[in-house]
Amino acid sequence: MGKPRFLYVPFWLTYVFLYAPILVLVVMSFNAGRSPYVYEGFSLKWYGVLAEDDKIMQGLVNTLIVAAASTVLATVLGTLLAVGLARHTRSKLLDALGLMPAILPDLVLAIGLLVFYDVVKFSLGLHSVILSHALFGMAFVAAVVRTRLTHADSSLEEASRDLGAGPVTTFVRVTLPQLAPGIVAGALLAFTLSIDEFVIAFFTAAPTEPTLPIVIYSMVRFGVTPEINALASILLLVSFTVVIVAQRMTKIGEIRAQD
Amino acid sequence: MSPGWGRRLGAFVFLGPGVAYLAVLLLAPLALILSYTVFRRGRFGGIVYEFTTENFSRLLDPLYLNVVLVSIKLATLTTVFALLLGYPTAYLIARLPRTWKTIALVAIVLPFWTNFIIRVYAWTILLSGPGLINSALGTQFELLYNQGAMVTGLLYSYLPLMVLPLYAAIEKLDPQLREASANLGASAFTTFRRVTLPLTLPGVATGCVFVFVPSFGNFVIPEILGGGRSATVGTLIRTEFLQSRDWPFGSALSLAVILVLVVLLVIQSWVSRRG
Amino acid sequence: MLKIDGVTRRFGDVTALDNVSLEIEQGEFFALLGPSGCGKTTLLRILAGFETPDEGTVTLDGEDLLSMAPNRRPINLMFQSYALFPHMTVAKNIAYGLEQEKVGKAEIKQRVGEVLETIGLGEMASRKPGQLSGGQRQRVALARAIVKRPRLLLLDEPLSALDKKVRAGMQLELKRLQNEVGITFVVVTHDQEEAMSLADRIAVFESGRVRQVDEPVELYERPRTPFVADFVGANNLFEGTAVPGGLDVPDLGVLPGEGTELAGVKALLAVRPENVRLADRGLLGTVLDVSFYGGISHIAVTVEGRDKPVLVAQQGAAKVEAGAQVRLGWDAHDAVLIQEG
Repeated sequence: MGKPRFLYVPFWLTYVFLYAPILVLVVMSFNAGRSPYVYEGFSLKWYGVLAEDDKIMQGLVNTLIVAAASTVLATVLGTLLAVGLARHTRSKLLDALGLMPAILPDLVLAIGLLVFYDVVKFSLGLHSVILSHALFGMAFVAAVVRTRLTHADSSLEEASRDLGAGPVTTFVRVTLPQLAPGIVAGALLAFTLSIDEFVIAFFTAAPTEPTLPIVIYSMVRFGVTPEINALASILLLVSFTVVIVAQRMTKIGEIRAQD
Repeated sequence: MSPGWGRRLGAFVFLGPGVAYLAVLLLAPLALILSYTVFRRGRFGGIVYEFTTENFSRLLDPLYLNVVLVSIKLATLTTVFALLLGYPTAYLIARLPRTWKTIALVAIVLPFWTNFIIRVYAWTILLSGPGLINSALGTQFELLYNQGAMVTGLLYSYLPLMVLPLYAAIEKLDPQLREASANLGASAFTTFRRVTLPLTLPGVATGCVFVFVPSFGNFVIPEILGGGRSATVGTLIRTEFLQSRDWPFGSALSLAVILVLVVLLVIQSWVSRRG
Repeated sequence: MLKIDGVTRRFGDVTALDNVSLEIEQGEFFALLGPSGCGKTTLLRILAGFETPDEGTVTLDGEDLLSMAPNRRPINLMFQSYALFPHMTVAKNIAYGLEQEKVGKAEIKQRVGEVLETIGLGEMASRKPGQLSGGQRQRVALARAIVKRPRLLLLDEPLSALDKKVRAGMQLELKRLQNEVGITFVVVTHDQEEAMSLADRIAVFESGRVRQVDEPVELYERPRTPFVADFVGANNLFEGTAVPGGLDVPDLGVLPGEGTELAGVKALLAVRPENVRLADRGLLGTVLDVSFYGGISHIAVTVEGRDKPVLVAQQGAAKVEAGAQVRLGWDAHDAVLIQEG
C-alpha cells in the first residue's frame, strides 16, 4: 500500500545513473585498444601497464602511509574527544568545534592549512598531509564514537567508580571495550575518507610526494591512458571486498555476542 | 583525590588533546584566513600587512559576483535534481524488506569508494562527442564542457549524500501515521503532502546542505567537466591561491564560502526545529 | 450490518485467520477477544483495508467492503498507538478527516469544536500531541475517528496503554459515547475484563478461529469450549468422563455438573470459584493459601489427585486458615460440562 508506480522511475534512474560510468570504466579496462570509445576486444594488458606504472605505485604507497598514520592519529584524538564531550563537559560550543572539520568545505580547510603551514614555516610533504587528514578524520571518529556513547550505559562506569576504580582505569577497562565497535567503525570511516581525499591533499602535499588522488588528477588533466580504467576497476573490487568482509565480520561478531 | 579534582583532570585528559589539535590546526588557520581578507597582495605574491577593504569591494565587482552566482546556480540545480532523484529512492529503499534494504543502501554508497576523480573522468568519456551517450542516440550533441555537464558531475558525486539522510528520516517515520491518514480518507498524494513530507523535512534540509555545500565549493568538476569555460568560486579560489598567489583575495572568497555555509546551517536548524 | 464470511488469511505457514464468520449488528458494541497472536488484529486490519484476506467476503450493509480502497471505506480505526500526527495540533488532527471529505471550513470548525467538548478537551485544541498525557491522547484519537461519523468504528486495544485508574474512567466514557453517538463499535482486546465490561457481544478467538460468540453473561456462565472456559475469568477445570449428573473424574469420583447429553464422552467440568462453597460434603482438600482483596477472600485449596489447587472465592473475610482441612461443594447447575476437543 502506498507505493505508487511512478516512484520507481527515479528509483531505477538513480541506480542506472550511479553505475553507468562505473560499468563503462570496468568494461573499457579490458579493452585491447587504446581508444576509450571503441571496444577492440578483450585484453588484460592495461592491468599490466598499471602494475608497472611507478608513479601510480608511488602514489598508492604514499596514500596508504598517509591513510594509516592519519587514521591512527584521528582515532586516538577522536575517541578521547568523544568521551570528553559526552562525559566531561556540557559546552555546546565544544560540541560544534568537534564537528567543524567535517562540516566545513574541504576547500576552506585546505587553504586554511596551506596558509597556516606557510606562516609557521612548516614544510610540505607526507607529514603535512597526515596532520591535515587527521583533522577531519578526528571529527568523524568523534561523531561515530559519540553516537555509540549516547547509547551506551553510563551506569556501568558509575558501577566501576563505585567499586573503587579511578577514572583512567574505568576508561580503559569499562568504557573502551564498550566503545570498541564504534571506534573501529570510526577508524574505518576515517581511513576510507583519507584514501580518496583529494582537495586537502592537493593543497598540503609536496609536489614530489603526491598521493594517489593527486597522481590521478594529473593524469586526467594532462593525458589519460586506459590504465586508469584498470585502476578504477581494482579500486572498486577492493572496496567491494572490504564491504563483504566487514559484513561477514559484523555477523560473526553478532553471533559471538549471542553465545 | 577529591571528586572535583578527578573531574577537572578527566576533562583535561580527554578534551585536552583534541581541543588543542583543533585550536592549532582549525581555529588558527581560520583566523589567519579571516585576517588575510583585510590585507593586500604584495607585488611578488607575499602579503602586505596594511588594512584594506579592497578584497571585499572586488568581490562585489560584477565579474566576481557573476562567478558567485554561477556557483550558486550550479549548486542549486544539483541540489534540486538530487532531491528529485533522491527522495523517491530513499522512500522506496525504506519500504524494502530488510536484506534488500541493506543491499540497496550499500549499492548507493559503493560508487563512492572508487576514486572521485576517476568517476568524473568517466563522465568525460560518456558525455564527449564520440562518447557513449551520443553513440547510443546517434547524435552529436555538445554534452561536455558546459554547465549541464558540471551539474551532472556534481549530482553524480553528491547524490549519495542526499539519499542517506533522507533514508534515515523516512525510516524513522511511524508507518501507522500513514495508515491513519489513509483511514481518515486521504489519498496517497494527500498523505504524502500533509504527513510524510512535513515529518521528513528535517532530513530534506540535511540532505540539501550536504549536497549544496560541497557542490558550491567544488573545483575539480568545473575544471574537468566544465573545460575551464565557466569559473566557479572553487576554481577561482584555487587560481588565486596556487596561480595568481593573491592570498588575501582568495581568503575573501573563502570567507564568502563560509558565510554561505553558515546561512545554510541556520536555515537547516530552523527547519529541523519546526518539524 | 457487517457480515464477515469465511475470511481466511495466511502468512506463509501460519494461518492467522481460519474461515472466520461473524455478523455484527447495527449499534452494537462488539468485542473481538483473544490472546496475542490469535488473529483478532489481523481481522481488524482486514476490515480497515490494510490487509486483504486470501479467502472470504466482507459486506457492509450489503456492499462489498473488500473492493473499496482503505481511504474510501466508511470505517474508521483507532490505532493502539493512537497514531496522532505529531506535527499537527489537536484541532488539526481532528479536522484532518473532515478535510478529506471536502467539508466546508465553517462546518469543520463547528464539528471539531463539538467533538472536543464531548471528549472534554475543549482547551487543548491548539496543543500538540507531544504535550498531552496518555489518556488525553487516547481521547483525541477517538475524537478524530468519531467526528467523521463513520458507520463502523474499530478500536485496537483502546485501553491497554492507560494505567488502571484512567482505564476505568475511559471504559465508562466509551460506553457513554457509543450510546450518545450511536455508532457501531468493534473493539479488539486481549483483556477479558475489558471485553466483558464494554461489549454487548463478544467473539472469543483462538489460533485464528472463532470459538464462541455470546453475550458476556452467557460466555461467562456457559463457556462452550475448554479454551473459552479457561480464558474468560478464573475457572476451575476438571477432566474426566461425562456421566448423567456430572463428570466422573479419576481419583475424585463423580463431580456434580450440568451439560448436554454427553454421557460417556471425555469432557471438562468448569465451575467458577464464586460458585464453590466450603461445605460439609464434597471434595476433600487442604487450604493452601488465603488472600483477601476487593472485599473477597480468595482461597486456594489443594486436592489430592490434582496438580492445580481449586480456587474458591467468598464474600467477606475467610473463616479458615492455611492448613485447614475443608470440603468443597457446588450446585450441579453452576458447573458446566464441556466436550473436550
